[in-house]
Amino acid sequence: MDPDLTELEGRLQQFIGRTIGPPVVARDCVTEAAIRQFCDVIGDRNPAYRDAESAVETRHAGVVAPPAMMQSWVLDGPPREGIEKARTEQDRLYDLLSEYGYTSALGTSSEEHYERYLRPGDKVSAETVIESVTGPKKTGLGEGWFITTRTTFRDNADAVVGWIEFRVLKFAPKQSVARESEQPATRDPERPSRIKPPMARDNAWWWQAVEKGRLPIQRCAQCGQLRHPPRPMCDACGSVEFDSIDACGRGSVHSFTVVEHPQFPGYEYPIIVVLIDLAEGERIVSNLIDCAPDDCRIGMPVEVVFETGEDGMVLPLFRPAEASS
Amino acid sequence: MADSLKNKASIVGIGTTPFTKNSGVSELSLACQAVRAAIDEAGLKPSDVDGLVTFLLDSSDEIEVARSTGIGDLTFFSQVNYGGGAAVGLIHQAAMAIATGSAKYVVVYRAMNGRSGHRMGQGVSGQVVTSDLIHWSWYTPFGLLTPASWIAMSAQRYMHEYGATRDHLATVALTQRDHAQANPNATTRGRTLSREEYFSARMVSRPLGLYDCCQETDGGCALVITSPERARDLASKPAQIRAVSQASFEGQEQMTSFYRPDIARLPEMEMAARAVYTQAGLGPEDIDAACLYDAFTIEVLMQLESFGFCGVGEAKDFIVDGALTLGGRLPNNTHGGLLSEGYIHGLNNIAEGVRLVRGTSCNQPERADHVLVSSGVGVPTGAMILGCAE
Repeated sequence: MDPDLTELEGRLQQFIGRTIGPPVVARDCVTEAAIRQFCDVIGDRNPAYRDAESAVETRHAGVVAPPAMMQSWVLDGPPREGIEKARTEQDRLYDLLSEYGYTSALGTSSEEHYERYLRPGDKVSAETVIESVTGPKKTGLGEGWFITTRTTFRDNADAVVGWIEFRVLKFAPKQSVARESEQPATRDPERPSRIKPPMARDNAWWWQAVEKGRLPIQRCAQCGQLRHPPRPMCDACGSVEFDSIDACGRGSVHSFTVVEHPQFPGYEYPIIVVLIDLAEGERIVSNLIDCAPDDCRIGMPVEVVFETGEDGMVLPLFRPAEASS
Repeated sequence: MADSLKNKASIVGIGTTPFTKNSGVSELSLACQAVRAAIDEAGLKPSDVDGLVTFLLDSSDEIEVARSTGIGDLTFFSQVNYGGGAAVGLIHQAAMAIATGSAKYVVVYRAMNGRSGHRMGQGVSGQVVTSDLIHWSWYTPFGLLTPASWIAMSAQRYMHEYGATRDHLATVALTQRDHAQANPNATTRGRTLSREEYFSARMVSRPLGLYDCCQETDGGCALVITSPERARDLASKPAQIRAVSQASFEGQEQMTSFYRPDIARLPEMEMAARAVYTQAGLGPEDIDAACLYDAFTIEVLMQLESFGFCGVGEAKDFIVDGALTLGGRLPNNTHGGLLSEGYIHGLNNIAEGVRLVRGTSCNQPERADHVLVSSGVGVPTGAMILGCAE
């Protein structure tokens, strides 16, 4: 066994069976007002909890508190400035596990048991014991330790009114690199992508064709005139009917710019943006790849290549080509 | 029709806020300050104003400005599209409103936190599917996202065809930086520029580098327009509008008119040139000084050709002997322009055109009887000629 792990296990054992600190005593007695507020908030209309007159008629013969309120009586108020909360053995246990890389915590189960109803006038105290620490266990979230605590609630006469058994997984989150290697097809959703075109009536068909590895040029169905970028009406004859031809993918650089600044997330710089004279006569804006920025020249022959970005978008890009005859 | 707006309106007031890199106030505040300053300078009361025009891109609506400045009632209000191409369009709208009697006093304005707020150079994006958004989407996947990159495509081709070099671009940048040194409101005052600094600065979008690009600026600018008759009764020397026209040419796109046969020329600007020369009955030989739109240095070279100051491809030769300086053939952007005074979307260039006609420029040339001002390059645009009252 890993010597570090042996050492950790030894240190963890020392926590088992310990109370985490002195009992926590409720700041206030159980009151009808507090019960009513609790019921208002969670929407509980049971008259045994909220109405003194009706409650007399019930088997409780008076107002009682909903059992689920048990823990609420001993909760701390909001943090107060200048008053440091005392550190508990539970805090020290968490720190110890964090020190060994088990930095994250997740509540995994809570079991509550009630002995009797609490009534106005009761004053509750609670004592928490670390019952067990088991591990290390491999979980979907990463390797970790299950910590089980039991909190026992008592009344003014020290009689048990109930207990809660609570289990926490304290774990080392899996590294995101590990996640990527397990799921190579899934892209980190946090990583920004290039600004994609909105898909609308006048342009979606073009991008859908590109996705299939074609480089379409819009053609007027009436007069046959080519046009790029696509538009809904032919400026030559006014027709709104169109089809498209597939460009052969060869052309030459009409002009270009090497974009260096500012740099936007989702793009890799420097970018050579080219304006291509396609063999068919239309022009198109794209990127030149497989070419050093200093080697790009106006007039150089290029050919299309379809690339799928890591955001899944297919783009028609261009690379240097042999001069066509 | 050609001369229908000739001498029908005058610019009678200029208002500007300080031009800074961080105004610390809202764009509406800048707009109101500029508008009030323009009204004050014209010697008018806010309630005299009955028309307001701004850029479609401006974030301060006419009614908000009217409420905040005490202008009150409006009979004419309008917004003009296409970024910096709108600047002259504002004057065009105002002149039409004055000529038709739709308004008596129109204030045009543009106010922007162009550095501390939304920065033009930070690219295009959007949610609503408009024709404009579809237009940009032919470029965004390929990283063509910024004004510098759009104009660089034309610049590369222009330089390839005519042999212009970055040395010529540097001349434009240095000349205007020199001019700005005399301008108290220039953002670059006190920061001279040498040719070495120009060439050692980083590239932005080749062939354009840092100093080929204008200043991102916080500030507001406003102008008051009224009829030549009313202008006579006002405090300042009016600048009469000899001609004004908007222009969008066949195949026009916003900054990406890449599909015309020749992308090394500016046909919309040539169209604006024909319109204003015809309207004013003047030619390039009559123009004494200019404020050619200069978001990027290359735009000045290309416009010298559009407006006929030299032949096509000859701008590089036109500028070498200091033609754009104070003593040169065509003193250009004597306040520093967008490159060195500040980028208030070209409205500040019109303000300088007015000062030149008044004789109050920080770099007043000997002669400025007729001043040419243009707006945005590469977009639907416009041009105007200003002269003295007749």
